[in-house]
Amino acid sequence: MRAIYVLWLREMKRFTRSKSRVISSLIMPLLFLSFLGSGFQGVSVPGAGGEYINFLSPGILGMLILFSSTFAGITVMIDREYGFLKEVMVAPVSRASIALGRIAGGTTTTLIQTLMVLALSSILGFNFNIFGIPLTMLAIFLSSSVFISIGLIIASIMDQQEGFQLIVNFFIFPLFFLSGALTPITNFPEPIQILSYLSPLTYGIDVMRFALTGYSLMPVLISLPILLVSAITFVLASAYIFDKTEVK
Amino acid sequence: MESIVIKDLTKKFKEFTAVDNISFKIKKGEVFGFLGPNGAGKTTTIKMLSTLFNPTSGEAKVNGFDVQTQRDDVRKSIGIVFQETALDVQLTGRENLEFHGMMYGVPKDKRNKKIDEVLKLVNMEDKANIIVKKYSGGMKRRLEIARGLIHNPEVLFLDEPTLGLDAQTRRRIWDYIKELNKKEKITIFLTTHYMEEADFLCDRIAIIDNGKIIARGTSKKLKNLLGGDVISLEIKKTPGKLKKMLETCTNCKWIKKVKAHNNHLSLTVQNAETKVTKVLKLAEKAGIDIISVSIRKPSLEDVFIHFTGKTIREAKPENFQMKMMAMRRGH
Ligand SMILES: Nc1ncnc2c1ncn2[C@@H]1O[C@H](COP(=O)(O)OP(=O)(O)O)[C@@H](O)[C@H]1O
Ligand SMILES: [Mg+2]
Repeated sequence: MRAIYVLWLREMKRFTRSKSRVISSLIMPLLFLSFLGSGFQGVSVPGAGGEYINFLSPGILGMLILFSSTFAGITVMIDREYGFLKEVMVAPVSRASIALGRIAGGTTTTLIQTLMVLALSSILGFNFNIFGIPLTMLAIFLSSSVFISIGLIIASIMDQQEGFQLIVNFFIFPLFFLSGALTPITNFPEPIQILSYLSPLTYGIDVMRFALTGYSLMPVLISLPILLVSAITFVLASAYIFDKTEVK
Repeated sequence: MESIVIKDLTKKFKEFTAVDNISFKIKKGEVFGFLGPNGAGKTTTIKMLSTLFNPTSGEAKVNGFDVQTQRDDVRKSIGIVFQETALDVQLTGRENLEFHGMMYGVPKDKRNKKIDEVLKLVNMEDKANIIVKKYSGGMKRRLEIARGLIHNPEVLFLDEPTLGLDAQTRRRIWDYIKELNKKEKITIFLTTHYMEEADFLCDRIAIIDNGKIIARGTSKKLKNLLGGDVISLEIKKTPGKLKKMLETCTNCKWIKKVKAHNNHLSLTVQNAETKVTKVLKLAEKAGIDIISVSIRKPSLEDVFIHFTGKTIREAKPENFQMKMMAMRRGH
């Protein structure tokens, strides 16, 4: 428990100190929102009065969660590069708690960033239900846990930062498109739809869409439990794999 | 009482044996040095002792705890300063120390007191609130040494503590280490490939090469293995007389070795200072004219050459790696 808190605290310190990085991470979602939101104004989408911006915004929140969480997990590699990981790993605390500390820190920073974008999106015309915010936060927290864990697993398996670009191209972008962030997945051909249903992000976005606009692809009583189970699975898997790695 | 006991410890990376069946003991309160060239297996040994690597075979106990079955107890007993910096450069010096104290469960009031204390020890009080990114290599090193002491470890590991530092900073760090050992009675296991460092700091030294320990003992004992000091005579060249001198020398029991080349004559003897006059008398008897006399004490470098037939520097040039490390430390 102690280690989880200490690592969380460290993450908070680093977060509040790197204002430029935080702001730049908000720019991409906002650009997406303003350009796609206005560019595709006429596109017809299900739910929420058919306004594209109302459909798009939860998807963009999903995109931010995906990117910022995966990177938060992968930054373990940067710690390794700087040698700091050794300092962490030689401390008399369990490896699992080290992984959990990372996840606690990463979900918190992702939550803050996502809520900031949500607030800004209302300026861009996103008309959302304020009472849906608690459920949205839960969805952010769970989806974020999934992708930080995946980032941690990638970082434990991969030796060098060289594979970084590869991950972005072959993991993050496909997941983003598959998860119905920009268009309803029911528009995809069926084989692609199957892939969409395999992505945890699909469920995360769907829960947020339900919470904020009242429209969703699936009943929230199906998507939320699926999201919960995947979060638990990935968190446990990452803690386990993290425990097994030697520190080079 | 022993702080570290190592028995037949081996680490293999695939087929390659990095640490080859080493055994030794380190006494409580001792400064023990691992001297060897780059790639000898020093860091690998430290990583096994600090539970970061699992040994391939053999066993080791640190502060009475087994490094494989009692890892948490081992980790609580040790402080470690890694070869490469292991700081969070986005945090200040003090925050790095706080992080460490919290990870090791040192309660808050005790932690603050201890942090002030160790900062003072390494003369970093006024730099503590600066972000580590702005530190020089020497400052980072000192901060890391300070950090290693916060949780009052029984054993402190220092992996090449002065690598890549300038002479002045090195000297200062040596003084800290000495003082630390004296004041806190802490056992120190350090590795180095600098002879002078091992010589100056260590009560006992093990020389390691290619994963094997090739000699072990006090610096004095190791040097004595070579047979003694060297008296070197520069002489006027007179072949016939030189031959006679050589013969006389070979017959003297107190001269262990004698060698001549060109106009130099070198004699290996114990306690050279007390033998110089005797040597001069012999030379006079042989009718040799002496231009100069010098006494050379053997260095650990000579010991290394004696056992491996090469100098430490040429043993395994890993210049690229060294440069990388210097760069990392450098700013
Ligand atoms: N993680 C590793 N994987 C493979 N080989 C390694 C690893 N770590 C060290 N080695 C090899 O083991 C040998 C000993 O390395 P090391 O203990 O770092 O030497 P030293 O610290 O004495 O310079 C070197 O040849 C090095 O290349
Ligand atoms: Mg080394």
